[in-house]
Amino acid sequence: MMKKKSISILLVIVMLALPLLGGWHGSAADPMFEIPESFDPNAQYEITFWAKNDTNIRQTKVYRKAIEDFQALYPNIKVNLTLYTDYGKIYEDVIKNIPTKTTPNVCITYPDHIATYKTGINVVVPLEKLMADSKYGLGGSSLKFDSPTIEEMIPKFLNEGVIDGVQYALPYMRSTEACYINKTYVEKLGYTIPEALTWDFVWEVSEAAMAKNEDGTFKVNGQKVLIPFIYKSTDNMMIQMLNQSGGGYSKADGTIEIFNETTKAHLNTIAKHVGTGAFSTFNVSGYPANYLNAGQCIFAIDSTAGATWMGCEAPLLDISEDKLVEFETAVRMIPQFNTESPSMISQGPSMCIFNKADNGEVMASWLFMQFLLTNDVQIGYAKTEGYVPVTTKAINSDEYKDYISRSGEDNDTYYDVKIKASKILTDNIDNTFVTPVFNGSASLRNAAGRMIVNVNKSVRRKETIDDAYYKTLFEEMTSLYKLNSSGKLSYDADLGPLPTTSIVLLSSIAVAWVAMGAYVVAQKVKKRKNNH
Amino acid sequence: MKKVLSFVLALSLVFALVACGETKDDPAVKSEGVMTYQQYADAALDAEVTIEAYVQAKQGWWEKDGVGVATIYTQDTEGAYFIYEMPISKEDYDKLTKGAKIRVKGYKAEFHGEVEIIDATYEILEGNYAPEAVDLTNVFGTDDLIKKQNMFFTVKNAVVAASTDADGNEVAFLYNWDGSGQDGSDLYFNVKIGEATYNFTVESYLCGKDTDVYKAVKALNVGDTINLEGFLYWYDGVNPHITAVSAAN
Repeated sequence: MMKKKSISILLVIVMLALPLLGGWHGSAADPMFEIPESFDPNAQYEITFWAKNDTNIRQTKVYRKAIEDFQALYPNIKVNLTLYTDYGKIYEDVIKNIPTKTTPNVCITYPDHIATYKTGINVVVPLEKLMADSKYGLGGSSLKFDSPTIEEMIPKFLNEGVIDGVQYALPYMRSTEACYINKTYVEKLGYTIPEALTWDFVWEVSEAAMAKNEDGTFKVNGQKVLIPFIYKSTDNMMIQMLNQSGGGYSKADGTIEIFNETTKAHLNTIAKHVGTGAFSTFNVSGYPANYLNAGQCIFAIDSTAGATWMGCEAPLLDISEDKLVEFETAVRMIPQFNTESPSMISQGPSMCIFNKADNGEVMASWLFMQFLLTNDVQIGYAKTEGYVPVTTKAINSDEYKDYISRSGEDNDTYYDVKIKASKILTDNIDNTFVTPVFNGSASLRNAAGRMIVNVNKSVRRKETIDDAYYKTLFEEMTSLYKLNSSGKLSYDADLGPLPTTSIVLLSSIAVAWVAMGAYVVAQKVKKRKNNH
Repeated sequence: MKKVLSFVLALSLVFALVACGETKDDPAVKSEGVMTYQQYADAALDAEVTIEAYVQAKQGWWEKDGVGVATIYTQDTEGAYFIYEMPISKEDYDKLTKGAKIRVKGYKAEFHGEVEIIDATYEILEGNYAPEAVDLTNVFGTDDLIKKQNMFFTVKNAVVAASTDADGNEVAFLYNWDGSGQDGSDLYFNVKIGEATYNFTVESYLCGKDTDVYKAVKALNVGDTINLEGFLYWYDGVNPHITAVSAAN
């Protein structure tokens, strides 16, 4: 009887301790943000903003001016800026800061990353109610600035921030990829650049460019170095090739489809052209822009947000003047398998808000995030690179139309390569796509790119690329990126070991169950003995 | 019998101690199957290489795709090896103090002129070697400079030359190459050695904002005459990673 009582007491203690010990990961989560019934826009707040730039001083200036302008309107809200130049680093730092509740208030990020952040309890703030709030929502009546309305957000870009049916992110800027071409060399090789590039065209010209003189220099550029085709983002290369060719990548529910025959076929094509020296990638060989500008590359594929580095007249250069080669730069959408129905990725920074215990602080964060959608910020930032604003309010403004119309007026603000790159996206918004977002989609993206890099390296190292190679490659990718059949990462995979409290809790439960089991067995044995 | 046994044991001990003495690490000697620096230098790009060298500095440990990696500056008596993003546990990373010996197997690669070992595996060995910085003051501006790539070096009596910030002001250093960074970002500054001007970097993953060198560079003025130490990193030309700056006498 006494034993029964002890076990009951133990179980009750364990159950009572459950909420005290907190959730799966550490300390108890903050309650999810609710729009406060009354918000004091004059209360003092200090918020942090983690922003990404492309190592571009003009972009950091836009951020700083935005903060200055915002603080002039809301002197009670201080915004502290932390600058990053790498989305991956922001992701890592956010992940590290979730358990300690030291996430930033507002953060530039990718929806893929948010999908992992939000697996924590009440970590990322859902935005629908905030957006729709009549006073402080998009276009709200109590705002001190001219915010875009929901209708003025470009729907396709807005929808990219919906994760599991909930709007967790707003777009900040959008870009796609473009092919920057040394037109002079293409024509020297006897080709004419079509309006819409095909993969076949790019491969054919690239192979033709490999012809050499007797002294070992390449005929087309007279130099000893030439990589005719260089791709910056191997992730995007694989994702877009699969999308264009109908090959599987992933499903919205997180099912992984990338390890298939179409992927192998694309990797075989890539391997073939790596083998001849006609193709390489950023990770292995370096920045495409540097090769392009030195006359050592003919087709350089990079983000439209990298346009200011492309071409011998580019406002930003990463090579010395003496290495620059004169050539005419053409800009096209990325190569297609079917030019009748082009497809290209939609990418670029998005924004999210992290939940805090103080609802007023979250409201202050929301005001600032919304301020980044105003025309001054949107147009100012779009001008720094081949970015496109995410609101029709900005795109249809006289200021933006004037900017676009002045393409080529100088090699700075109106650099034609940059504006042509932007127009590729504005002309093709309906032809853009994004990949499904789920917890683990960021890892899948890494795996997609890594496979191209590995094949590139393997060919250079004279390894055999065959079915056995792909079997091993697919297994390695599955293991390295923890891509199980559903593709979903476990939260632990990203956030480290269980906290002590959780270990104590789980251990207590285990002990309780063992004790209960032992008691039942003991009772049965006792009963059997008594019966005998 | 006991005496004989004691004598044999004592003799064995003496031999064992002598043998231990004989295996004392010599930084100029390579184990079997390990390349000399010259063999490494002569190896083709993408070739598999195995080297033994001594850690001189390391960039911060971090997790890439869930795997801990570190970039390490190593050297032997003949030359230097830059080991890029080598997978390594945090525990082993912490063991790699200055002078620690490692055997590294990987592939020789080149990125914008920087020759490095990638996709590396490692083994920590017994041994310690930390050479003085080699004085390259008179080698800058010559064709021989690239032969010293990645070595721990010093330059004497260099003069801080102006950089230009985004507003056109002459400044002694920039956060990031164009001034787009903030405290904690890489520092870029120009120095004049002889008649030529070079761009040097305080790489924040190697020497963060709390290090002496980071603070020293932030305190520089255009025209200061300084001595520098660092590693002869390359990025489309020489672009050293600086680890110490002091006023020249």
